[in-house]
Amino acid sequence: MKKICCLLALLLLALFEQSAAQDAEALVKKVKSRLDKVNDYTATGEMKTNVSFMKVPAAQVKVYFKKPDKIKIKNEKGISLVPKGTVSISLNHLLGGQYQVLDGGADKVEGLTVRVVKLLPLDESNEVVLSKLYIDEARLLILKAKTTTRENGTNELEMEYGKYADQALPDKIVFTFNTLEYKLPKGVTFDYDDGSQKKKQTGTADDQRGKIEITFSSYIINKGVPDEVFK
Amino acid sequence: MDVINVSHLSKQFGDIDAVTDLSFSVQEADVYGFLGQNGAGKSTTIRMLLTLITPTAGQIEIFGRNLHTHRKEILRQVGAVIERPDLYKYLSAYENLSLFAKMSGVRVQRKQLMEQLEMVGLAERAGSRVKTYSQGMKQRLGIAIALIHNPQLVILDEPVNGLDPQGIADMRNLILHLSRHLKKTVLVSSHLLNEMEQIATRMLIIDKGKKITEGSIQELFDPAKTMVEVAVENAAAAAALIKNTPWAGHLQQTDDHQLVFSLHSDQLAQLNQDLTGMGIALTAFRPVNSLEKYFLSLTGTNQHVAAFAN
Amino acid sequence: MWQLLQIELFKIFRKSRTYISFGAIAAMVIIVQMALKFDGRSYIEFILGSLKETLDIPYATILNGYFVCFIILNLLLIHIPLLIALVAGDEVAGEANMGTLRLLVSKPVSRTELMLAKFFATVVYTALLLAWMAFLSLVLSILLFGTNDLIVARSNAIEIINRNDVMWRYLAAFAYATIALTTVAALAFLLSVFAENSIGPIVSTISIVIVFTILSEMQIPLYDRTVKPYLFTSHMLGWKGFFYLKTDADGISMPGTVENLPAVLKSMGILLIYIVAFAGSALVVFKKKDILS
Repeated sequence: MKKICCLLALLLLALFEQSAAQDAEALVKKVKSRLDKVNDYTATGEMKTNVSFMKVPAAQVKVYFKKPDKIKIKNEKGISLVPKGTVSISLNHLLGGQYQVLDGGADKVEGLTVRVVKLLPLDESNEVVLSKLYIDEARLLILKAKTTTRENGTNELEMEYGKYADQALPDKIVFTFNTLEYKLPKGVTFDYDDGSQKKKQTGTADDQRGKIEITFSSYIINKGVPDEVFK
Repeated sequence: MDVINVSHLSKQFGDIDAVTDLSFSVQEADVYGFLGQNGAGKSTTIRMLLTLITPTAGQIEIFGRNLHTHRKEILRQVGAVIERPDLYKYLSAYENLSLFAKMSGVRVQRKQLMEQLEMVGLAERAGSRVKTYSQGMKQRLGIAIALIHNPQLVILDEPVNGLDPQGIADMRNLILHLSRHLKKTVLVSSHLLNEMEQIATRMLIIDKGKKITEGSIQELFDPAKTMVEVAVENAAAAAALIKNTPWAGHLQQTDDHQLVFSLHSDQLAQLNQDLTGMGIALTAFRPVNSLEKYFLSLTGTNQHVAAFAN
Repeated sequence: MWQLLQIELFKIFRKSRTYISFGAIAAMVIIVQMALKFDGRSYIEFILGSLKETLDIPYATILNGYFVCFIILNLLLIHIPLLIALVAGDEVAGEANMGTLRLLVSKPVSRTELMLAKFFATVVYTALLLAWMAFLSLVLSILLFGTNDLIVARSNAIEIINRNDVMWRYLAAFAYATIALTTVAALAFLLSVFAENSIGPIVSTISIVIVFTILSEMQIPLYDRTVKPYLFTSHMLGWKGFFYLKTDADGISMPGTVENLPAVLKSMGILLIYIVAFAGSALVVFKKKDILS
């Protein structure tokens, strides 16, 4: 009897998992279909860069997107040093291609219960090794995405939605990424030593992570974006 | 009135006493000759008069005022050429003159500057850089600079060094002109005794930083007084013969074959006669330049008359 | 005094060696600008090489007039002291060597006035040399390379400064650099009083600047604690402080700010003290000096 109960439990679990997986897949499909409604956009926003070795003022930037996964952050009036993994801020990129969907259960993001979904790209040559999406099921919006890449470690993307939630476009994104330590080649120049005691703690975990935060003020959606922009 | 009054002036450079307790005065319209060998302290003294060097001790008054406390107002009335006149070689004569005129506190127009250059014979080369000038031209430009602000006292330190005979004659005439016609007081240091004899009204002789003698030419020596060199076969024997005669007091120095006497020119014939009468064989009888001999007699190394040495 | 200053400036600017300095700066600046015009990208790659892997580097916009000017200042402000010493070291020693010093000092001007005039003439020369350098390195660079934000590469950080926030910093930096180089001028001026040939003061000044710069930059703890804070060369780079910005709690640069303005002003004050000390000492020594040349 015990054995039958165990077998039944296992079967139910398997069925549940399959069902959950199918739920996860369906959820991802629903989210993707929302995202697919946006063919292109030009977003205007303010970008703040927080990297241990960079002191950068807030910059007015434009973010260009074009299906399937072209994305470019541009500071048209100045200079911004943008991390190389910015393609990861394009959710379309994460949700494009072939992948296996795994249910990651539930979690909380900013106090809100979300569904966690893992995406394993089937293409072994894909730069992305694993993506973990935190999805608000009710609104079909991705609130957070953790992406593990081959070359650039793990990136994290957090999104807040507001005015453009209907188009699944965030009002604010925070993109956290890995950096290498910066060092000016020796002998190029001497710094001014102001005698203050600050000593950079190189090698700490924080120093190896950088963050850019873009707060969008407007989107121009599906009005066309020329390809030259992405060169 | 004393234009310059120096009292107990001294200057030490480390252990070296360059000038020791020097006192003298220069009167208005004097051409004051400042004589001494090389290294006697003439230039040091002149540099102290021009505030280039700070005295170790003593006092200097010029125009009746203390030099230390009235420096600017005194120097406005002083023009100087110190040793060779070094000027700004990369500037023209006109520019040098203009620059130093401004520093002397006078406003001069271009016309006045050109007149000054004309006076020293440099008007045609006014625009040429000084580095193209000969030594004589530089000397003349130095004089022009010294006189541009019409000073009452002119100090010339070795003004004829490096000049050719014409230049020397020109300098002599200039000094006489400054003194006699323009009534300026001129202090001249030199070791060209012939020149000093011709122009100086009063002089100071210094040696090893100390005053040897000071006074007018007439006070120091009667130009009628002369020195005579008497060449003999045996000076020692001749000196022994002269020892007990009145001529002993006139004997200045002896060497192997020569006796030097200082005496009035009226006595020359008598000396000649008396020496011959004593049986001293004379091979030559030569009156010499009185100032040169006077100078050397005062500043030469001490030479005792051999015959009188104990 | 004003007339004396005019006379001293006249003498400085009638000497051909003065124009060697201006010509040398022009040549150096133009050489650097031409090199960057042809291959500025290589230089930027060299500076930011360690970031190539992780960041997209917009080489074309980084290479702008403000960036080029900063590079020039970095390179040349080490060499400019020699050009300053060339004139400052000649001020008194050159006159002694030429034999004109005795003529000057025997004029009815006080030694104090004479020395002040000479020193201020040197300061004017220094300021004009800096103005010339500012014109060439900033104005000409802007004409050749345009303007954009400025990237400043520190030894372990990068600053990006908005283009609208750059110009006043350069004006402040050039003013500071004038004070820094006046310190060198004052040192050469002081050494000039002791010599009768300008080679000695010029070489001595440069030697002192080089040795002190090495001590300032060597980062040896013994020197860092003892001598470094007092060396004037440690404070000569203070102009760079105008290009270091404050950050807010999130690490974002705050435009219009200076990371440590009190420190920069303190360094400026120290340099001014050195100037007064050097020039004042020159004056005291000269007043007592016997002019034998």
